[in-house]
Amino acid sequence: MREGQVRIPAGCAISGLIDRTGKRMSGEAIIRSIAVMRDRSNGLGGGFAAYGIYPEYKDYFALHVFYDGMAAKKECEEFLESHFDIINLSKIPTRKVKSITDEPLIWRYFVTPLPTKLADSQLDEREFVAKCVFRVNTYINGAYIFSSGKNMGVFKAVGFPEDVAAFYKLDEYAGYCFTAHGRYPTNTPGWWGGAHPFALLDYSVVHNGEISSYDANRRAIEMYGYKCTLMTDTEVITYIIDYLHRKKGLTLEEISLVIAAPFWQTIQGMPQEKRELCEYLRIAYEAQLITGPFSILVGFEGGLMALNDRLKLRSMVAGEKGDMVYIASEEAAIRAIEPELDRVWYPKGGEPVIVRLYGGQSDGN
Amino acid sequence: MFDFTEVNPMAINFLYPNYEVERNYDRCISCRACERQCANEVHEYLPDQNKMVCDDSKCVNCQRCVSICPTRALKIVKTNNTYKENANWTGKAINEVYRQAGSGGVLLSSMGNPENYPVYFDKILLNASQVTNPSIDPLREPMETKVFLGAKPKAIERDARGRIVNNLPPHLSLSMPVMFSAMSFGSISYNAHESLARAAEELGIMYNTGEGGLHEDFYRYGKNTIVQVASGRFGVHPDYLNSGAAIEIKMGQGAKPGIGGHLPGAKIIGDVSRTRMIPEGTDAISPAPHHDIYSIEDLRQLVYSLKEATEYKKPVIVKIAAVHNVSAIASGIARSGADIIAIDGFRGGTGAAPTRIRDHVGIPIELALASVDRRLREEGIRDNVSLVVGGSIRSSADIVKAVALGADCVYIATSALLALGCHLCGSCHTGKCNWGIATQNPELVKRLNPNLGYKRLVNLLTAWKHEIKEMMGGMGINSIESLKGNRLMLRGVGLNEKELEILGIKYAGE
Repeated sequence: MREGQVRIPAGCAISGLIDRTGKRMSGEAIIRSIAVMRDRSNGLGGGFAAYGIYPEYKDYFALHVFYDGMAAKKECEEFLESHFDIINLSKIPTRKVKSITDEPLIWRYFVTPLPTKLADSQLDEREFVAKCVFRVNTYINGAYIFSSGKNMGVFKAVGFPEDVAAFYKLDEYAGYCFTAHGRYPTNTPGWWGGAHPFALLDYSVVHNGEISSYDANRRAIEMYGYKCTLMTDTEVITYIIDYLHRKKGLTLEEISLVIAAPFWQTIQGMPQEKRELCEYLRIAYEAQLITGPFSILVGFEGGLMALNDRLKLRSMVAGEKGDMVYIASEEAAIRAIEPELDRVWYPKGGEPVIVRLYGGQSDGN
Repeated sequence: MFDFTEVNPMAINFLYPNYEVERNYDRCISCRACERQCANEVHEYLPDQNKMVCDDSKCVNCQRCVSICPTRALKIVKTNNTYKENANWTGKAINEVYRQAGSGGVLLSSMGNPENYPVYFDKILLNASQVTNPSIDPLREPMETKVFLGAKPKAIERDARGRIVNNLPPHLSLSMPVMFSAMSFGSISYNAHESLARAAEELGIMYNTGEGGLHEDFYRYGKNTIVQVASGRFGVHPDYLNSGAAIEIKMGQGAKPGIGGHLPGAKIIGDVSRTRMIPEGTDAISPAPHHDIYSIEDLRQLVYSLKEATEYKKPVIVKIAAVHNVSAIASGIARSGADIIAIDGFRGGTGAAPTRIRDHVGIPIELALASVDRRLREEGIRDNVSLVVGGSIRSSADIVKAVALGADCVYIATSALLALGCHLCGSCHTGKCNWGIATQNPELVKRLNPNLGYKRLVNLLTAWKHEIKEMMGGMGINSIESLKGNRLMLRGVGLNEKELEILGIKYAGE
């Protein structure tokens, strides 16, 4: 059974790094970092999100698509052509890796919405793209858009993360921020779509944990037009962040007060202004509270956010060296690439670590 | 000799008592406590024989005498007298024909539907964490049961400094997802109301006045009070509306969907008369419909009339009975300005209802809840309202299941009355409640001590809260909002595919 028809719990490793100057580096560091935590994954899923990798196409949405076969590709391309101006399309370059098998067709399209279609839809550009992604993923059998942001891309497969990196030639990309994921599912996903990161527009999420609020979150977010086709925690977390950030206009700090809300007893002890804000957010967005263990890295255009569940039921460590910030499930994964850190800390449950490029893009809100 | 051919069948009632009072004369000390305690006059003392005797035909099996007998000399047993066995014509069916042939009247009953329909809560099982995520120990970690009832804001608004403006519509804040359901002063006693009001205050939840107005002594519990407006509009005036934390418009009741209410003049005495604002001795008739509400647009007008009267400071609840097209009705109500919808299932209790209505009209609350929650989500209007369900919630497990199906909160009434001593004899309509609950007879009312009664209610819900936390912790959930509508935490047993589809849950093992 394909993931989405069945819900697969998983344990995991995550790692992320960002250069706050916006300077681009190769994918080689993140590969070494995630490889250290091989024990935390079991070869059944690995992946990376990379930001700043398509500077020459930075004004176009980069769609990465899995196809089961040529029929799905044909149908999906017809759809894309009728909704977008396709500036460039190609197979995503890969190399053969022994342990990576059963690969789907993997294509990349740089697109921009057709002006007439966009105007007709009365939507903004990002909502138009998001709606098209849902349309393809829900209704075109065998086609799956797994990356849809600007100047960023997701690369994922069934396999150990370092093998996935080799497969996608990740070392040949250069970006200012990377996240990585090694998966330990308790079931055998045969399908690549279920690997992390999960992404919508420029938001990408890698996640370690198994949230117990899943179905409450899923049923709530589906009411706002999202379709959870994969039945994974990561998918629903991504949509919640997109909903709160892009559609509701909450800041990342406010979002962390929603999804890893402080306990009422903590809120009662806060100074008035903070207390009122926390109460408001908990009441207004109660269905977006996430409980159960999680540590997540959220990539977005211009930055990176890390967040633990409010009881910190999953390990997560952060480190800083000069302009670089590193966050990973284990300190070893940071020391492997930067042994001499200026600072190492263990973010508390519910306390977000939000890193933004210096003077660069804000998070939009 | 007596000529049996002359016996007029109208002169005998054909009915053998359902229950027999069994007295152990080795234990009975003829203290006559049972005689004094029974308002139905079952027990009698024969001085010449120094012996207690009883008339089984008057016994309603309320267990009062059994409970107070100091030597445990009494018990009530089901009679083993039987009609010729017949799977179609049960003894109950035959007796009801006899009673109606004798009286020419509608059969009356009290409390909830006792018939053998499926109880879906008993066919739903809960999940627990193993290995891939940890269960949470409520004794070590915070476990949150606080809930808020009301509509959600439509959009974020910010002030000039970018701070979020508090634009939350009026809402109720509860320490746990339970409230005491509507029971009017009149249908139940002053002491029962006092017990409920004080318990609600101590627990941080709400009780509900029902359609009987609010006794002047109880205005002090206003912040824990829901004031009801029903079709009779008894006791409704501006101070009343403004005294509570929320206003409930009662459109229907699970025990008797589609019909009104009738409190006999005999109960409209003293404070009951004053509180209802009707003369002593007059029958209080609540019409079946509200005569100013013949459709949804009229309901909307009443919702906004009440909001106008209370300056938009209080949430308005619309209570309906669970009937066949409940989800379409709820969808209409969710667009009518109501903040909360209360749905009452067909097993909900009552102080008096026609038996046929009580036992044959309406649908189970589990199915009604599941389909309403789904419909409101499909239409994208679930955030417009909170859902409160009742009829019947019997335990903390029922609450957890109801919340996981999609309820924000539950209403309890029968279990609250049980906590006060009710033994579900189903004879409230006689007004002779030996437990001092469903009566206005001062001698009976004083048997219910509100100091003890409120404490028992607090105990019950404190115990349930502990149990809710244990079950949530087992599922790895530490806040009740993460349980809400979390149907993956539920599995069905003994249900067919259609039932699973309506409940929106998987079968055990799936």
